[in-house]
Amino acid sequence: MAKTKVKKSKTNHKVNHIPRNDGIPFDADLFKGIHINKSAVERRASTLGKRRSVKKQWQAAWLLKAIGFIDLTTLAGDDTPSNVERLCAKAMNPVRPDLLQAMGMDHQNIQTGAVCVYHNMIPHAVKALEGSNLPIAAVSTGFPAGQIPLKEKLKQIELSVAAGAKEIDIVISRKLVHQSNWKALYDEVAACRKACGEAHMKTILATGEISTLTKVAKASWVSMMAGSDFIKTSTGKESVNATIPVSLVMTRAIRDYYELTGYKVGYKPAGGIRTAKDAITYLILIKEELGDEWLNPDLFRFGASSLLSDIERQLEHFVTGRYSASFRHPMA
Amino acid sequence: MKIKEIYNTMAYGPAPESAKIAQEYLDNHKKSFQLFINGDWKKPHSKTYFDSINPSTKEPLAKIAEANEKDVNDAVQAAKKALPAWAGLKAHQRAKYLYAIARQIQKHSRLFAVLESMDNGKPIRETRDIDIPLVARHFYHHAGWATLMESELKDHKEIGVIGQIIPWNFPLLMLAWKIAPAIAMGNTVILKPAEFTSLTALLFAEICQQVGLPKGVVNIITGHGTTGAALVNHKDVQKIAFTGSTEVGKIIRRAIAGSGKKVSLELGGKSPFIVFEDADLDSVVEGVVDAIWFNQGQVCCAGSRLLVQESVAEKLYKKIRARMEKLRIGNALDKSIDMGAVVDNIQLKTISDLVQQGVKEGCQLWQPSWSCPKDGYFYPPTLFTNVSPAATVAREEIFGPVLVAMTFRTHQEAVKLANNTRYGLACSIWTENINLALDIAPQIKAGVAWINCTNVFDAAAGFGGYRESGFGREGGKEGLYEYVKPKIEAEFSTSSVYLANKKLSKTANRPSTIHHIDKTAKMYIGGKQSRPDGGYSMTINNNNGEYIGEVSLGNRKDIRNAVEAAHKNKKWAARSGHARAQVLYYIAENLAYRREEFAHRLVQMTQQSKVDALQEVDLSIERIYYYAAYADKYDGNVHSTVFRNVTLAMPEAIGVMGIVCPNDFPLLGFISTVIPALSMGNNVVVVPSEKYPFSATDFYQILETSDVPAGTVNIITGYQEELTEVLAKHDDVEALWYFGTKEGSKNVELFGTDNMKRTWVNYGKFRNWNEKAQGEGQEFLRHASHIKNIWVPYGA
Repeated sequence: MAKTKVKKSKTNHKVNHIPRNDGIPFDADLFKGIHINKSAVERRASTLGKRRSVKKQWQAAWLLKAIGFIDLTTLAGDDTPSNVERLCAKAMNPVRPDLLQAMGMDHQNIQTGAVCVYHNMIPHAVKALEGSNLPIAAVSTGFPAGQIPLKEKLKQIELSVAAGAKEIDIVISRKLVHQSNWKALYDEVAACRKACGEAHMKTILATGEISTLTKVAKASWVSMMAGSDFIKTSTGKESVNATIPVSLVMTRAIRDYYELTGYKVGYKPAGGIRTAKDAITYLILIKEELGDEWLNPDLFRFGASSLLSDIERQLEHFVTGRYSASFRHPMA
Repeated sequence: MKIKEIYNTMAYGPAPESAKIAQEYLDNHKKSFQLFINGDWKKPHSKTYFDSINPSTKEPLAKIAEANEKDVNDAVQAAKKALPAWAGLKAHQRAKYLYAIARQIQKHSRLFAVLESMDNGKPIRETRDIDIPLVARHFYHHAGWATLMESELKDHKEIGVIGQIIPWNFPLLMLAWKIAPAIAMGNTVILKPAEFTSLTALLFAEICQQVGLPKGVVNIITGHGTTGAALVNHKDVQKIAFTGSTEVGKIIRRAIAGSGKKVSLELGGKSPFIVFEDADLDSVVEGVVDAIWFNQGQVCCAGSRLLVQESVAEKLYKKIRARMEKLRIGNALDKSIDMGAVVDNIQLKTISDLVQQGVKEGCQLWQPSWSCPKDGYFYPPTLFTNVSPAATVAREEIFGPVLVAMTFRTHQEAVKLANNTRYGLACSIWTENINLALDIAPQIKAGVAWINCTNVFDAAAGFGGYRESGFGREGGKEGLYEYVKPKIEAEFSTSSVYLANKKLSKTANRPSTIHHIDKTAKMYIGGKQSRPDGGYSMTINNNNGEYIGEVSLGNRKDIRNAVEAAHKNKKWAARSGHARAQVLYYIAENLAYRREEFAHRLVQMTQQSKVDALQEVDLSIERIYYYAAYADKYDGNVHSTVFRNVTLAMPEAIGVMGIVCPNDFPLLGFISTVIPALSMGNNVVVVPSEKYPFSATDFYQILETSDVPAGTVNIITGYQEELTEVLAKHDDVEALWYFGTKEGSKNVELFGTDNMKRTWVNYGKFRNWNEKAQGEGQEFLRHASHIKNIWVPYGA
């Protein structure tokens, strides 16, 4: 279909050149035959990180790359302008300059993929990020539970976009998944997409609250059909967040959707990704299942708050050969 | 490479596992290894050494001693000497040694893994995460069996000195599969590793020393085929356990035919990997990777024949090709590869020759765009589509990373294609429909069925094949029977114990009770009494040498017809155990009804007393009850394997069995051998007593009146030795029991080798069928069934 128009994406990693997923009309036939075999998926998941290993300068390069995928996040009831400003400062300068210099990466504009905050914090983030091209992502639509009327959800989106959010992370109504009411889910997500306008939309499935991998795959399909720019695993507030098996299922859905429509949809695992090793495993997963084109902030993000701190320590270890301590790196 | 460059390309880099410790280990041994005999390192009498090569680099790793006949003899004598003390140890004491070995292997697991990868060429991921943990698991599991032997196998004892010959594809794992059950059951062993991969076996020998294993219990002799041959042919070896090619398996089978040596053979395969349209195709792709690109496809149970439902074939091929493009191949110690090197140049050549043959025969070849490293023996992952079942690549075991794909239209066609092979080791079935999966699994002729998974192994589950994939099981309780023998065997006699024969002198002068049988008994084929193809009859005399009647003289064509009739009958095997029991009870009932008549016939043939004859009939009835009782009770297990799955160990009928009955005990011998086979659902072609055939021919009427489906029992009378040979040489007879002479036993084993028939012979020994301990038991049911392990993972 639209495959040809997206071929040029490989050369330039900067934002906003990959055609957005405009979605396709609802068609239940496209996903009704999906069966995911949990045991087989888990088997692949368990060996994925063991079939590949990146060491030394490869590891350093991959970790630096991973930083660019982080939606540096704070989503707490006690957020205030001061900690949000600190977060933004960290997002713009995530790694100590001396370390970057030692790695020959001091002029590469290493920064996180975005900062991710609640709506009320958007103005403070806008101010703090002034002059940078770092996007602000706002969680929306009654995050994290999504238990508010659709009208309110759309309103929230519009307000956040108006306040300066370039990316909107919406939550879906889990009820519709449990009831297999796919058309209603499609309509809801499509309405959100419309409300987003130019802002990119990440659709959170809250996979920890979806009972089967088969339903995760179907919800992924419906969300993509309805025009999501990204599909995202979790709010970070469910008891189970991003996992490798869920990621396999969602990335494979992305791959199949791409093959059918030519649209590249992004993927964002969120919650529970805390170590540099975790990050590398995810990058391997993306590289293996979706390909190098997806190793791009337009198509891949981590939702994480403490991941960066571990990456910094690993980078220092690479540079100095000594194990690092977190207090040696400026906090977010 | 600069970080910036990597940052922009996001390429993988080298990630080598350090070889330092392994290299030091080799250096400490001056890169030269001796033979491990009687707990010590012995220089070979041959004075010759050969190189073990690292297939990733083609560099020699070490010199390995070549054991000659004299060395083999030394090892066998050491094992023989060690046997009484080892077998006599308390179960708990033996268990402690196995447990210590398991612990010691775990402690040195990385050295084993690195050494194995260097020697064999397989990725470190596989040795580290799969092979070595399974090795330790095997010793732990069998430490348990050593403990439980006294209670779980109390009617059995060790076999004795065991020769074990293993292949190069899983060097240490195959060692564990062989040694752990053998020594757990109180045997002592001489193991010969494959010449390409001796190193981890030699390191294992050091572990044996470290744990203080008594001298001579485990002996490791290295060398080539001639070393193996010397071991196979050694007179003091009581059993040979072999894993390797079907070709060599057949040589071994023939070499020891008639010797009384027990044998278990785990041979080649061309295992089907069946994909139905409702399968999770992305998971199927990973299954294919695990099936055929695991260990470079050098796996006896590799899913090398991909059978895909037509409706999803193109879609699946596309996904597989995309996946192949992403596979990485390289030095075995690289932690970032999917495939390593094949074991040797010879194997590389075999693979590439067969692939070229495939291309020549018009199969569609596909290989990824990247090329293999040049410094080792590498072969790229290969997919053939457009393959017909007649293509060489679809029939021959390639033992390399080559997958051949075919499509099917219906479930029945899938089964037919899957079974269209001389082999029968494993199968893999992919569907999200449990009904379909469990319908297909029992229909495939294979010892292992993996549902929505492949190449999963565990010490608690049996592994082994049907057909030319060999016989015997390794792992699980079913595997232990390969390393024990029934204690009762010691009581078998070298001459007939049939009372009638013994009492002959007393009864000979008794007034004759002869009256002639006025009609010549026909044969019984496909539920009908039919005349012999040859048109001849043979005369039957009684025990006094007096003419009592005639039976049909069966020939090879009668056997052929009987086997065909047996194969046509699908009803018997399909019946439930309960339904089979009902028929067996009915047979017993009808026999009881004609008790007098059958006793009378026994008296007429054998001249035994009426009392003895009635006793034989009564015992026969009792025995039928015994096996009727077992028909729905000799059932399987759910093995406790380490994955989240149900591993069903199901006894299955073997199929069509030949049964050559004992010459004495005309009725009881017939019943004791035929009924257990029926109880397990087999169809049988029976050659009854040559001397006293009338009890069997009289039995036709009982079969006809007892609801036995036509073709279940077929009876061919005539000369036993002649008919036995025909049965042994028949490729569609899957098992053959023989209770005749020593010479006949040898012929059964010899002629049965071509289709790797499961044979059970008496080597000329006589059972006293009157005694329950000798004449009945689960042993009969075990020989009348296969254990199929079906792995069913679950989780939604």
